[in-house]
Formats: sequence, C-alpha cells, structure tokens
Amino acid sequence: MSEANYAHNVSYLDYKGQYKGLLGWIFSTDHKRIGLLYLYTMLAFFSVGAILGLLMKTELIAPGNTLMGPQTYNAFFTLHGIIMIFVIVVPGLPAVFGNFFLPIMIGAKDVAFPRLNLLSWWLYVLGILIVLTSQFLGDGPPDTGWTFYAPYSFRTPANVLPAVFGAFVMGFSSILTGINFVVTIHRMRAPGMTWFKMPLFPWTLYGTAWIQILATPVIGITLLLIVAERILGIGIFDPALGGDPILYQHLFWIYSHPAVYIMILPGMGVISEVIPVFSRKTIFGYKAIVLSTMAIAFVGYFVWGHHMFTSGMSGRALYTFSFLTFLVAIPSAIKVFNWVSTMHKGSLDMQTPFYWAVSFIFVFMIGGLTGLVLGSLATNVHVHDTHFVVAHFHYIVFGGTGFAFMAAIHYWFPKMFGRMYDLGWANLGWGIFFIGFNTLYLPMFFLGIQGMPRRYYDYLPDFHGGNIISSLGAWVMISGIVIIFANLIRSARYGQKTTEKNPWGGKTLEWQVDTPPTLENFEEIPVIEKGPYDFED
Amino acid sequence: MSQEKHHIVSYKTHVFVLLALLVLTALSVAITRVELGPLNTAAALLIACIKATIVLAWFMHLKFESRFFTVMVSAVIILFLLVILVTFFDYSYR
Amino acid sequence: MIEHRDDLASKMGMWLFIFTELLLFGMLFVVYAVYRSMHPEAFKLAGQELDVVLGTLNTVILLISSMTVAMSISAIQKGNKKLALALLTVTLIIAVVFLVNKYFEWGTKVEYGFNPGGAELHQLGHGTILFFGLYFVMTGLHALHILIGIGLFLYVFWQVRKDKIHQTDYIWLENTGLYWHLVDLIWIFLFPLLYLIH
Repeated sequence: MSEANYAHNVSYLDYKGQYKGLLGWIFSTDHKRIGLLYLYTMLAFFSVGAILGLLMKTELIAPGNTLMGPQTYNAFFTLHGIIMIFVIVVPGLPAVFGNFFLPIMIGAKDVAFPRLNLLSWWLYVLGILIVLTSQFLGDGPPDTGWTFYAPYSFRTPANVLPAVFGAFVMGFSSILTGINFVVTIHRMRAPGMTWFKMPLFPWTLYGTAWIQILATPVIGITLLLIVAERILGIGIFDPALGGDPILYQHLFWIYSHPAVYIMILPGMGVISEVIPVFSRKTIFGYKAIVLSTMAIAFVGYFVWGHHMFTSGMSGRALYTFSFLTFLVAIPSAIKVFNWVSTMHKGSLDMQTPFYWAVSFIFVFMIGGLTGLVLGSLATNVHVHDTHFVVAHFHYIVFGGTGFAFMAAIHYWFPKMFGRMYDLGWANLGWGIFFIGFNTLYLPMFFLGIQGMPRRYYDYLPDFHGGNIISSLGAWVMISGIVIIFANLIRSARYGQKTTEKNPWGGKTLEWQVDTPPTLENFEEIPVIEKGPYDFED
Repeated sequence: MSQEKHHIVSYKTHVFVLLALLVLTALSVAITRVELGPLNTAAALLIACIKATIVLAWFMHLKFESRFFTVMVSAVIILFLLVILVTFFDYSYR
Repeated sequence: MIEHRDDLASKMGMWLFIFTELLLFGMLFVVYAVYRSMHPEAFKLAGQELDVVLGTLNTVILLISSMTVAMSISAIQKGNKKLALALLTVTLIIAVVFLVNKYFEWGTKVEYGFNPGGAELHQLGHGTILFFGLYFVMTGLHALHILIGIGLFLYVFWQVRKDKIHQTDYIWLENTGLYWHLVDLIWIFLFPLLYLIH
C-alpha cells in the first residue's frame, strides 16, 4: 500500500500486489477480497454441512437403522450443528457481505483495521481446522451436539476437546470482526453521512457487531471452563463435585441466544436494502427499523432462559424469561410491518433478489410465530426437545439467515464479480429450493406436536408419514441448492460481463462505484447530502 | 486528523492516585478483619468499586477522553449487572 | 500515499477489546457469585486458607506498576524517552515479581493437595472444591494475562528504544497501558473476593 505504483482504476479482482495467484488472496488485506475468502470457505463447508443434513434426513425416512446407527447419527448432528452455527450462520452475512459492502456503503476505502480483518479470517480457518481434527483424532468424533451440554461433554469418551477449542478460536475471530466494524462505522463514515443517513445494512451490522463484542466472550469462557473441566476436573459444572450443570446452560445461552440475533439481524438488514430497491419506493419507517434493530440487540441479550424452560430453573426465572421473550417479538414484528408497507403501492420489480426477500418474510413469519409458541411456558413444556424446536430454528436460522444470504448474493453478485448470472436458472433454483424447504421443515412442526423427540436416529412407526414427506423435501431442497450454486459458480467465471454500475436502480453508495469496484472503492470520498433510500425524485 | 489535543497527566497526579489506591487497599484489608457479618463483603466490594472507578478515570484516562468512552464503559457495566440480576432470578428463588 | 493513521480509532478498538475481557472475567464472577450464594460457609473457610499477606503484596505491587505505566505515557508525551524506558523497566520487573509470588502461592496450595483433583481437596466437601476450582481458574487466567502483558511490554520497550514510539506517535504504548490497567482492574476485584472473605 505504501507505493502508489498501481493505477487507481484497477478492479480489485485484477490488481497485482506483492503476491501472485492464491497468495495474492490469502495475504490480501483488501476488505473485498477478504469478503470473498469468507464466501468461498463458507461455500465449501456449507456443502459439507448440507450433505450431513441430507444423510440424517435420509436416515429418518424410515424407522430403525436405515443408513447409520445411533453413534454415527450423534456424530453427524454434532458436526452438522457446529459447522452450520459456528462456521456458516454466525459469521455468515457480516463476514462476507459486511466485509465487502460495509466500507463501500458508508463511503470508506476499507475497514478501520485491514490487517486485523485478515487475521480474523486466518483465525476463522484455523478454528475450522481444529474442529476438523476432532473428527479424525482420539476416540471418535464428538457426540454432544453443538451445545456441548455439561456434564456429558466432559464425561463422553469422544474427542470433544478440539471441537470446543476450535469453536473458541472461531469466537475470537468473530470478536475481532465485531471490533473492526464498530470502529469502522464510528470513524470512517463519509462526510455528511450522519447516523440517520446511514443505510440499514450497515446499521444492522452495527447492532450485530456490538453483540459479537459483548456476547462472544461469554461462550469463550464457557468453552474454556469445559476444557478445564475435561483436563483438570475443576468441578465447576460437575454435579459429582458440587457443580451445577444448569449454570453451564445459563452461560452457554447467555452467548448463544444473542448469537441468534448475530445471525438474523444482518439478514434483516439485507432485506431492508432489497425491498425498497425492487419496490422503487423509499423504505417505510427508516427510524423505526433502526431503533428496532438496536432494541432487538439489547433485549435479545436477556432472553436466554427460554432455552432452559425444562431444565429445573426457579419458577420466577421461568416467567421472567418468558415475558422478556415476548418483548423481543415486538421490534421483530415492527420490521415486518415496515417491509410490507414499503412494498405497498410500490412499483414492484419481480427479480430474483426480490423473490428471495419476499420468501424471507414468509419463512421468517412462520419461524417467528412458532417462536412465540416456544416462548410461552406452557406450550414450551409440551414441545420442548421435539422436532417442533428443530423446525422452528431451521425456519429462523436457515429460513431467515439463509434466505437473506441468497437474497444478498443475488442482489450484489453483479457488483462483486462484474458478471451477471442466468436469471432463468436463478428463479428456477429459488422455486425448487422454496418448495423443498417448506416440504422439509413444515411437517416437523406436526411431528413435534405429536411428540417426536429430536436427536434420535430412530422413531416410533406412528411418525412415519410426516418423516417420509420431510425426507423427500430434503432431496428437493438439495436439488434447488445444486441449481443455485451451479448457476452462481458458473456465472462467476463465465457469466455475461457487465460494467454497468447500477443494474437494479439502487440508491445506496455501492451502486455508484465501478463494477467491479476498484481497489480503493472511491477515487474521491463522496459527500453525502441525502438519505439512503431517496426514490422520490 | 489524528492529532487531537492530548491531555498530559502530571507525575504528581499519578502519585496521588496511587496513594489513594494504596490507602483504599489497606482499608479493605483492615475492614475485613473486623466482624461485620455480611457487611464485610459489601464493604470490600464497595471499596473495590471505588478503586476501579479511580483506575478507570485517571490511569485509563476516561476523565480526559470524550464523553462517548465513559458512556460506552457505563453501558457495558450496566449490561453486566443486568446479566447478574437476571441470572439470580433463577438462583435466588430455587 | 501516506499510511492512514487514526489514533482515536485504535484506542476505541482497544476499549472494545477491553469490554470483551471484562465480560470474559465477568462470567467467572457470575459463577463465583452463584456458588458463593450456595456455599457461603465453605467459601469463608476456604478463603481463609489463602495467604492474605502475599495477596496484599501482589495487590500493592500491581497498583504501583499501573502507576509506572501510566507515568511512562506522560513521559513519552513530554518527550522524555529515558524516563519512559526506566518506568517500563520497573513495570516489567513488577510483572515478573507478581508471577513469582503467584508461583510460590500456587506451589503451597498444590503441596497441601488443594489443586483440582488433589487428594486433600476431595475430602473437604463441595463448597471447598468449587472455591479452589474457581481460585485456580480465575488466578490462572489472570496470570495468563500478566504473561501476555509481559510480552506486550517487551515489544513496546523495544519500540520506544528504536524511537518507533515517540512524542507524537505513542498509541501502542497507550493501548498497552490500557491493557495493563485492565489486568489491574480484574485483580482489584479478585483480591477481596478470594482473599478477604471473613
């Protein structure tokens, strides 16, 4: 960076730095390249996680041992959970699209600490590698589930330590990204971009980054205590030595519930970007969305107990957490109203990103409303640890974050790669995915209400019907994923080249820079005068 | 843009701050020698909080930074206290 | 092209990092609070096993080191490199002394079998096991932070010597100072909660 020996108009994809080829990527501190590094890593591991999920669903297509036995099934859902939660959805949107677009959207040339940003990616990869060693070394892959509940996590002979430590390292990476984003947003907004002229995706990243900073250390120390428990036997979570396993659950969910908001908030941000652009209308209730974002971030910190309604907490804790959980539904609902109102009387442009955004609202509603079923004490006790819970959180985590991720990549793809994907295939992929997704997860609600417990490789014959539908849905959904990925990967290499700056007619800053963006994004830092979604002129 | 005015804390102030901290340390050791029941812990914690505030304000320069830093620190402390409060909704009523 | 430099951004980043540390230790304090509320008597008795003299000594020297590092920032701001280096040396020595004290303190505990899994400890009941489990985890994690602090001080010392840190560019020293005060801050609470229960 110290030598001004490159042309300013070189695309970030083409510039030649100190290193060439692959090294030019993995040692690049450019926020756009780092964003793509995350994207490729996630693509690889999402495929692994999805295949594990598919195999589990296939196992469940009939009662009894179809494909695998109980221990393999336990190992599969543990690895599926660890990959999908820690590798994909927690870093997901912030690490890929946050890295790529946050600086551009606020009119900056990079994040505040580019080298720290690269370090985050390195730690992330290191964490993944450590987790993977747990599969091959020691006494077999971990079988605890991604929650590592005490006391089983230090009693099982399986190789839990690397998985726990890997998750710890990935947490560290997440913290560094959070620090980077908060400082970037505070210090590097373009002149004239006041807080309330900042687009909504950066706003949600801001809320997310704060949760990353303030919640991730909690899981850090919790995982360290599990490590200490396994190695030294300190007794803190071990009932045989006086420890309280429920305290483990408290600490675990003090992080892991806010982590759900780390996953979903940036998704909401993406939707808030896509909806106004494809409705050709200013977003409805900009400030309400901003404030509800921060409200979700704050209140979401204090609702962790609703994961523990059957753990044996005190009665007062039960209804306190139930009440707080209902509170957090309010700002989420406000957002849905705002999106729908934005579309109202807009001139809708039916394109792939918009399909994803609208279907996001649909699945998010189902996930959110079933969340209220789980948030109320009485119904929770009935469906706790059944497939109802599995269906609910897949609607939120996969339906919410996943659909938003797809909306994001179809929305920003031309800007990122300077090439266009095939719209026909993209729409077809969306359709198949959407049908498969609902066929897969909707029956699980009914199975759960009937009483089918989660995390078993086997079930009673009564549950057979729903499971057949659900497992077939899994295959349909995977076909959709294959179409979407094939289309995007092919288009990134061979798609129609485009240098058009603003294919969708967006108003935010990323649509005013070159396609693909130049190394420094802006030749001159822009001066902001108008709000981010001014479609009125 | 990086060179805002910096407040230089004098050596003398540092020495006074240290003396205050040492006196408070001695006080907290002394007070726990006296039997006050549960008040012992309360007193020791109160003194620790005062010491922490002094360290934050002078050694960590919060007193001389923009107010935003103080707001952030206070918010984090409040968040932490709320977490303790909510946790004890469970443990106080088991 | 001049390297973009924003000291306030760096300082803000450091503070955010400090928040993560506060919550990291904060959760240990939550664990402590929960178990102490369950086993008040055992915690009281176990706390009396700790060496108050050694604990107080470590508190005092850690406070002094906090002052010396704060002073070294003032010294750099005034352009007094020699004094800054001297003060950093004192800080470093204190950090090492702190660890030496800790070593002996831990050594005694292990000798009497109070370490996790120790023979003596397991005869003393749940409260005592939890207290010493927490004692070793909390002071251990704190000692790890001291160790990292020593590494940081060595780096900063070297940078001051090479004039990489000087009167107009001392953010590394300032952030290292913030880190060290954090370590002190944690100890300010560890000390009464572990050593002074009566």
